[in-house]
Amino acid sequence: MTDLLDPFARMLDAALPAAVVRTLESGGDAAPIWQTLVESGFLDALVDEDQGGVGLTLAEVMPLIMALGARAVPLPVAETMVARALLASAGVAAPEGPIAIATSTAWPVSGGLLADHVLIDDGASLYLCSAETVRPVATGARHDTAARLTGPVEGTVVARPEEGLRPVMAVLRAGLIAGAAERVTEMSAEYANSRVQFGKPIGKQQAMQQMLSVMAEDMVACRLAAQLGASDGLRVSPVAAATAKITTSAAAARLANSAHAVHGAIGISEEYDLQLLTRRLHEWRMVDGSEGWWSQALGTARLGSPSGTVDWVRAELFA
Amino acid sequence: MFDTLALARLPDRDEDLRPVVRALVARHVASLPADRRARSWQGFDAGFSRVLGEAGLLGLTLPKRYGGHERGPFARFVVVEELLSAGAPVAAHWIADRQSAPQINKFGTEEQREFYIPRICRGELLFCIGMSEPGSGSDLASVRTRAERTDKGWVVNGQKIWTTNSMHSDYMIALVRTSGTSADRQAGLSQLIIDLKAPGVSVRPIVDLTGDSHFAEVFFDNVELPHDALVGEEGQGWMQVAAELAFERSGPERIYSSVVLLDAWIAHVQAMGRSDCAALIGRLTAELATLRAMSIACTAQLVAGESPVVEASIVKDRGTGFEQELPLVIGDDLAAHPDEPVSEELYKTLLYTTHIAPSFSLRGGTREILRGIIARGMGLR
Repeated sequence: MTDLLDPFARMLDAALPAAVVRTLESGGDAAPIWQTLVESGFLDALVDEDQGGVGLTLAEVMPLIMALGARAVPLPVAETMVARALLASAGVAAPEGPIAIATSTAWPVSGGLLADHVLIDDGASLYLCSAETVRPVATGARHDTAARLTGPVEGTVVARPEEGLRPVMAVLRAGLIAGAAERVTEMSAEYANSRVQFGKPIGKQQAMQQMLSVMAEDMVACRLAAQLGASDGLRVSPVAAATAKITTSAAAARLANSAHAVHGAIGISEEYDLQLLTRRLHEWRMVDGSEGWWSQALGTARLGSPSGTVDWVRAELFA
Repeated sequence: MFDTLALARLPDRDEDLRPVVRALVARHVASLPADRRARSWQGFDAGFSRVLGEAGLLGLTLPKRYGGHERGPFARFVVVEELLSAGAPVAAHWIADRQSAPQINKFGTEEQREFYIPRICRGELLFCIGMSEPGSGSDLASVRTRAERTDKGWVVNGQKIWTTNSMHSDYMIALVRTSGTSADRQAGLSQLIIDLKAPGVSVRPIVDLTGDSHFAEVFFDNVELPHDALVGEEGQGWMQVAAELAFERSGPERIYSSVVLLDAWIAHVQAMGRSDCAALIGRLTAELATLRAMSIACTAQLVAGESPVVEASIVKDRGTGFEQELPLVIGDDLAAHPDEPVSEELYKTLLYTTHIAPSFSLRGGTREILRGIIARGMGLR
């Protein structure tokens, strides 16, 4: 896997350092960066080989999704990978630009301000809509690249998987959260080792060590939950999606809080990179269904079965 | 960070063990009431342990030449998962199979292996762990029980406490001081196999808050042991105990302690036709699934021949947190419906699990100690 991850990570580090992430959040031009991504070939990672893609599975792409999360990339890169695979298998020619994916027309679409197209799942059909048609507008929250759609949902109709796109998007968000989780945990451990108070690094304080070790547990749980969700390909089952999104969304909020608690005032400041990640953690936690929405769905499915819990989990998720 | 914990799959050949365990569980366990099954790895039934031994389900990680099965940690995971999720009484063989036999296999002499391991694999020889003392809990390096060398072997004096199942056990692997004083900390400690029937050993059971006595005090008054009571090297006890604790902390027993209660509660909710707690059940189900993936990932480390001390601490701390949360949220849900009838069996299961749950994050290393280990693993100095 590292043979793919390393060049991808190097490309992101070169094209999307934190300064560029900030520029994009303030309305900067995404076109040259997108051109780099197009030329890299990674956008077709999930497209079948016989359709001209790389033919990777969702599980194989998960480390790339985590790498995007770790860098707080605001462009809808992972979304475009999924959209291009769906369009290719539906026989629809994919546009070159960024494609955001909306699994709700009411909630702001992640990366919507930076997308040329939005693939919309309205619960019954899929539509590939141009930005000119759906007219994304800013939410008004500072630095938010999510967008409200103000135009009609009209565009090319694309074959919709039976479960819609919310399950696969939940797993995508889980992977992004897992990547950001790892980065904020690393940043917090580094900061705790270097910040000196009372004559010693604050990481020597047991209270700090207890909090940081729980961050590590959440980080590992996020990784495993995202990998579990991605283990069965692009046709993600609602049970797998729920598991991935419940674990990562619940952890995202805790991790953001703890990372800020470790960093103190500097973490709140705009010029420090932590906020890029923690704002994204909250965004990804809520979009495509929070832990509460998925818990309701998973619990309803669980209650429909007479099996014991371990048997049920094993059959549904580890088969 | 902690990249070693990644999604792993149980091999199909080890899944083959599942139906074998299920058949035994159906015959010996399924008819027990839930509040008995909730005791699981505190539930003692020497007969059932021998049945498991006869069926070839003990000693799965141990060499065939000592009566083991050379199947490895994944096979053990499958068997243990089936036993624990059914609430089988496994206490009799638990410690011998999980850590004493692997410890003897790893550090013991050929004679020790041939003497102890075959009978452990048959479920006939029961072990306990002598670590805690009245003055040594989390600070294990401060143990004061002392073994002096003599011409004939060793003489042991001192006391262990909170020793699970010592009153039923044949042997104890004890951490004792063989040189220096407790001021020398980790140096001068050794592991000895103590025959609990030897003259000078006395065991006094301790009753816990549920009315059970699963642990005891063990006193050593000039207990004479042969030379070959020593396991591994004299003075290497601390390093050996650290390896042993990785066996102890990494298994699925750290996520399933409250699962009998969880299933009994879900059956109750289904019988009542309720769906108002669906979101809670969904959240708990997702956590159990995530923990299972984490636990298998940790087991994969054991399979790879690693000693995943930090990884096991991560899984155990999160797992016991889940085990402890279950009785609290289930108690809240049931009592949030005060006019709904709750069976005596479910009520007793709830109270037993609620009261014993604090022990889940004490046994095998406290939450606070584990978090210190994780913090060191994160590079915090």
